[in-house]
Amino acid sequence: MYRQKYLFLLPGLIALTAIILFPLIFTIRVSFSGWDVYNPGLSWAGVKNYVRLFEDTRYWSALSRLSLLAISTVLIQYVLGFALALMVWKDVHARRFFRVLFLVPMMTTPVIMSVIWRTIFHESLGPLNPLLDAIVLGGQPWLSSPGWAFAAVMIVEIWQWTPFMFLLLLAGLLSLPSEPYLAAKIDGAGPVRTFFSVTFPGLAAISVGALLIRLIEASKILDTVYVLTSGGPGEATETASYYIYIRGLRDFQIGYSAALSITYLVIMIVALTIIAKLMVRFLVKGQS
Amino acid sequence: MTFSFRSALMASSALALAAAPVFAQTDYSATYGIDEDVPGACSYASIDAKDYSGRTLNVITHAIPVIGEPTALHAKQFGELTGATVNVVHVPFGDLFQRIMIPFQTRQQAYDVLFFASLWLGDFNPYLAAVPEEMQQVPGMQDVTETYRGVANWNDQMLLYTMDGDRHYLKYRTDIFENSEMQAKFKEETGKDLAVPVTWDDYAEISKVFSGWDWDGDGQPNFGTAEVTKRDDLMFSAFISRVAAYAKHPDVGGGFFFDLESMEPLINTPGWVRGLEQFVAAQDSMPPGGTNFGLGDEIFSFGGGQSLMSYSWDDAFIQAMQEDSPIRNKVAAAELPGAREVWNRETGQWDSFDEPNRPAYVTWGWSSAVAKGSEDQDMAFDFLCFFSDEANTNADLQVGRFGVNPYRESHFDANFYQDKLGWEPAVAQTYVDTLRGIDASPNRVFDLRIPGVGEFMSSLAAGVARAQAGEATPQEALDGVAKEWTAIVDRIGADTIRGAYANVVALEDAR
Repeated sequence: MYRQKYLFLLPGLIALTAIILFPLIFTIRVSFSGWDVYNPGLSWAGVKNYVRLFEDTRYWSALSRLSLLAISTVLIQYVLGFALALMVWKDVHARRFFRVLFLVPMMTTPVIMSVIWRTIFHESLGPLNPLLDAIVLGGQPWLSSPGWAFAAVMIVEIWQWTPFMFLLLLAGLLSLPSEPYLAAKIDGAGPVRTFFSVTFPGLAAISVGALLIRLIEASKILDTVYVLTSGGPGEATETASYYIYIRGLRDFQIGYSAALSITYLVIMIVALTIIAKLMVRFLVKGQS
Repeated sequence: MTFSFRSALMASSALALAAAPVFAQTDYSATYGIDEDVPGACSYASIDAKDYSGRTLNVITHAIPVIGEPTALHAKQFGELTGATVNVVHVPFGDLFQRIMIPFQTRQQAYDVLFFASLWLGDFNPYLAAVPEEMQQVPGMQDVTETYRGVANWNDQMLLYTMDGDRHYLKYRTDIFENSEMQAKFKEETGKDLAVPVTWDDYAEISKVFSGWDWDGDGQPNFGTAEVTKRDDLMFSAFISRVAAYAKHPDVGGGFFFDLESMEPLINTPGWVRGLEQFVAAQDSMPPGGTNFGLGDEIFSFGGGQSLMSYSWDDAFIQAMQEDSPIRNKVAAAELPGAREVWNRETGQWDSFDEPNRPAYVTWGWSSAVAKGSEDQDMAFDFLCFFSDEANTNADLQVGRFGVNPYRESHFDANFYQDKLGWEPAVAQTYVDTLRGIDASPNRVFDLRIPGVGEFMSSLAAGVARAQAGEATPQEALDGVAKEWTAIVDRIGADTIRGAYANVVALEDAR
């Protein structure tokens, strides 16, 4: 009876297809081509790129390195962001100033801040090592040792994106009702008990959202690695997205990098779906 | 009254028109900051005589300042002189290749004029217009050295319009090498006289002695060597500089990177492995963070006085010679160090030499070209002709950040650097002697200018970085690179690669 209603949906559907589906379908098609620097265009290469991908140990190493980097940085961001949000949630002196201050790193341009951080970490010219020397901790090979370089990338990521967690969690805290706190107080709950029984459960849903958004973003990390370490020393900080960038835009293996991208996308969708379900089960449903 | 005023006006206009060329010629130096216009087909006067009003030229170039700044400057001047609209797009280096290649491959005529690294000629050659014969005959082009004319050619066609000359060479601190206290200390530590290194072994020994202590008295520790070691930041060029001495045998032709006949990579042969072993060992004599130095770090480490020696392009030398540099006129240039043992891939043995083998490495170099699909090739070539006009080049050579380095016979004149830049005669002389020596060297290595060079070099850099980080031994790392190179050759096609590589081998084996 109301079939014409679909006509009204058509413009939206067409726009959606053009914006989201077409690039994705085109990338899938490119991934089955041998498009590289010498063979331009969409020649049919079958599943060659996918077979090659499964033998590409550098890609899988980069992917596992990325998983470690993303999960560890996001968890630290969450803990720090939560702590900062709790700090300025209640009445503290200069609360508004701190709220704005904590947001500053997130508002800066990642590539520019990576350049600044690279200067800070510079072992010959940067200010960090002299500072560490002065407080007897001693300078470190921030960008020239595999372990320290990985730590340096983590530090920049945490510095830049903790404010995002702070912002979401602070918004969550401000929206919490006051009655449960009153009840907890009447029951004689201390601050720790109140946090684990009232505050944390109250923010479970928003925590899941924040963690997921940050995991999606962190899994795409490229600019920090590009500027800070170029994936080195060796392959110590090479992440999957940086590796795809190298293969696609430096080596100009368009077909192969498309196959890498599609595989990466599938892995991310599966992994993040599982993580989301687990988090909902243990954090949200568990609490309710 | 009216009549006489009009007559006077007409007379003065006629006088002005008649005198225009004289005034214009004088004005060029005042208006455009050149010493004087150099007569010729590409001069300010000649370009000024052309009218390209209503036409547009699209130019893609590197980000400012290196090459990007002179491009913007000369584009503005060209527009003012000819009336053309010149649009210049500046692109960061990491993005430049694909920004040029994608329009080529998708048949879009995005740019008329392109500035890029000359080693990409192996990839871009099908899309470039040959430099017209008359342009090749202009005095400025005739003055380009044989080496850089060779770099501009592909299959006997001139496809690149030469506007820069690059090569790797050694830079060192003369104030330390000539200091009697330092000489005595070196003698005490090694039992040898301190002299400018002629082999990489010498270089390693000197670097080691002069690392980790304050030899220039500024209160900060100094170090022996600053090198480009950061993966994906032109480190492959530094590595090839070190390897050439061991792997480019003066009496064996037919390929340095590959065996031209079989197209088997030579990258993991003993000469290459020894070069990598030395590169890895050198890390102990680098400044803190030196194992992750990009080109900019190397420039400031040597140019800022932190390191005793360095080797790469002109930049660190020019930085050291800036007017405000603490080590101005305390540096000198020399050929790259060499080796007394060189791998002979034909006999499969190490050959010994009394005089060290010191191949010259002609690497990189910015270049320019006109797109084959451009509908404004006449204007595009005129622009390039104007860009590298003698008056402009002489001005550009005086601005270190522009990245334009000597490439004409007339650029190898020490007086130019003394008069224009205030260099001391000895410094200027070592500089031009070194550059001239590289140009005349009978044993030379050129970049791997073949299709997919980015992929080959990326793979090489990744392998070298693994060895540097201790993730693999030099032999294992280079075996891995050789495996990847073989796969790339198989994918693109051995005959295709061989055809392109023959151009490189022809340059190397020409002497």
